Amino acid sequence: MGMGKRLSLIVKSKANKLLDKHEDPRETLDYSYEKQLQLLTQVRRGVADVATSRKRLEIQMQQLQASSDKLQSQAQQAVTAGRDDLAREALTRRAAANTQLADLQTQHADLQAQEEKLTQASQRLQAKVDAFRTRKETIKATYTAAEAETKIGEAVSGISEEMGDVGLAMQRAQDKTQQMQARAGAVDELLASGALDDVTAGPGSGGDDIQRELDALSAGTDVDAELAKLKGALPAGSGPAAIAGGESAPADEAAAPAEPQAVQPESGEQS
Amino acid sequence: MIARILGEGQYDVPDSALDELETLDVAVQAASDGGDQADFTRALTALLDRVRALGTPAADDYIGASDLVLPGADFTLAQAADLFTEEGLIHG
Repeated sequence: MGMGKRLSLIVKSKANKLLDKHEDPRETLDYSYEKQLQLLTQVRRGVADVATSRKRLEIQMQQLQASSDKLQSQAQQAVTAGRDDLAREALTRRAAANTQLADLQTQHADLQAQEEKLTQASQRLQAKVDAFRTRKETIKATYTAAEAETKIGEAVSGISEEMGDVGLAMQRAQDKTQQMQARAGAVDELLASGALDDVTAGPGSGGDDIQRELDALSAGTDVDAELAKLKGALPAGSGPAAIAGGESAPADEAAAPAEPQAVQPESGEQS
Repeated sequence: MIARILGEGQYDVPDSALDELETLDVAVQAASDGGDQADFTRALTALLDRVRALGTPAADDYIGASDLVLPGADFTLAQAADLFTEEGLIHG
């Protein structure tokens, strides 16, 4: 027997068990309808959860894109300033940001597909629940309990299958959302660490050392320019001779005594 | 006959397609028994494609059980197997 056939039989037999629960099959209609309304509420909440998760992902993607763009322009600046080392560092970080970004884009597409499916499932369920309510009232009004049995069987097994399908779509979307939240947490940490040079990070959160060096570099250039200007403004003939002894500083800093060690191992606490 | 693709909804398929779909359905089960994910996906996709090609989406207000209940194309072997467990598609 085929897989689809087997599944269909399983679904029907489970729906029949549901029918057997109530002595008057018409009670099953009310019970099932209550369950349907509950499921509808859950599914709507599920759709909202997935949407929230998707939006969070989108914000992170924007942040990563901004980081990547900034690192690109920093690399450019660094090359212009002749600092290949800085440019290399910026490009390395940019590559890391881009890898993350590509990963998030895949996840985003995946999540979006789940969201779409769940939204459609929710709309289908809504239509079926409306139809079920109408049929439920008709069955109750028109048939005796005994007569109603077949009709109720059809309606209940049909709606149970639908609910099973929707429930599954919801579960899959939830699983995806949970994975995404764990991943989003990791990306947030990565962004906050400054490893990807988070441009949204405030002062004190570490981070943008490349920018600092570039700033220092351009500040240095400015200072050199100022210096040259000052030198150019000196009256001719007045040499540096007025300041004596400037050349003789002993450049032997490395030989200076090392700083006291910050951590003194305490050896007295052995038990 | 009515076929459901999980995550997609129900299709109304003419009874003349019954034999063809049944053959494809048996092939899906065989691929599942074989335990090879690629085989399974291939067989399942072939079946789903035929259901979509031959069938028309069931009316929104149609309420009835399906003659075939099929995993969606994105189901793994393990996920398909889960459908058959006690905790499967329908919770009592």
